[in-house]
Amino acid sequence: MTPENYMNLEFPSKSCNEAFARAAVSCFAAQLDPTLDELGDIKTAVSEAVTNAIVHAYPDTIGTITLRCRILPENVLDIVVRDKGIGIADIQQARKPMFTTGGIDRSGMGFTIMESFMTSLTITSKPGKGTTVHMRRRIQLRGAR
Amino acid sequence: MHFTSYLQDGQLTVALTGEIDHHRARDYMTRIGEKIDGYVPGVCILDFQEVSFMDSSGIAIVINALRRMEQLGGRLRLQGLKEQPRKVLRAAGIEKIVEIREVIR
Repeated sequence: MTPENYMNLEFPSKSCNEAFARAAVSCFAAQLDPTLDELGDIKTAVSEAVTNAIVHAYPDTIGTITLRCRILPENVLDIVVRDKGIGIADIQQARKPMFTTGGIDRSGMGFTIMESFMTSLTITSKPGKGTTVHMRRRIQLRGAR
Repeated sequence: MHFTSYLQDGQLTVALTGEIDHHRARDYMTRIGEKIDGYVPGVCILDFQEVSFMDSSGIAIVINALRRMEQLGGRLRLQGLKEQPRKVLRAAGIEKIVEIREVIR
């Protein structure tokens, strides 16, 4: 599938980049003319995916996170957040609401939110190799609203 | 971090601001905890009027404040939530366990 537009970002897994990542995606998504509500959902999902990479993929080191956004036909925003961190041993368990291996400042709701706020969510991971979170969100065409 | 709080008639109001994410969550949690432990209020109100964005880190902040208030035999209330933070809290079922009030202007 040929994307109509795309962008790639790479940044270190520092928590100050959470705000940067969601702002960048939000700016890129603006060309699809989303509602504030749709933009809010996308920003939230990106924040969750990037935070997971920062907290869980690289618990004791600073690693690299890549973020790819594409605009696909039919007003679809396609987002991939990828890390080369420790990976997830049990994805089924990680997706369960309220499950977390993080501290008291984590709620265990990240994947649940990504799942409910986006049209689709796919997680692939290999322990020791890293994790890829692939999300899509279809933006309603203005005329159809 | 901009952070205001005040105590009135045994009610502690903490006004949160800006974007709440993992980067800022722990700091918020610590400071809200300090206020609750210091004032021991009957009711703690978290005011979200100036919160423009919140991810699941905000859920952890609310749950942490709720547990602290329950330990003191007090109550927690949220107010002034915009649609985006409210949606995040709804996804976690927070609306079922914490009182949420609209702000009367």
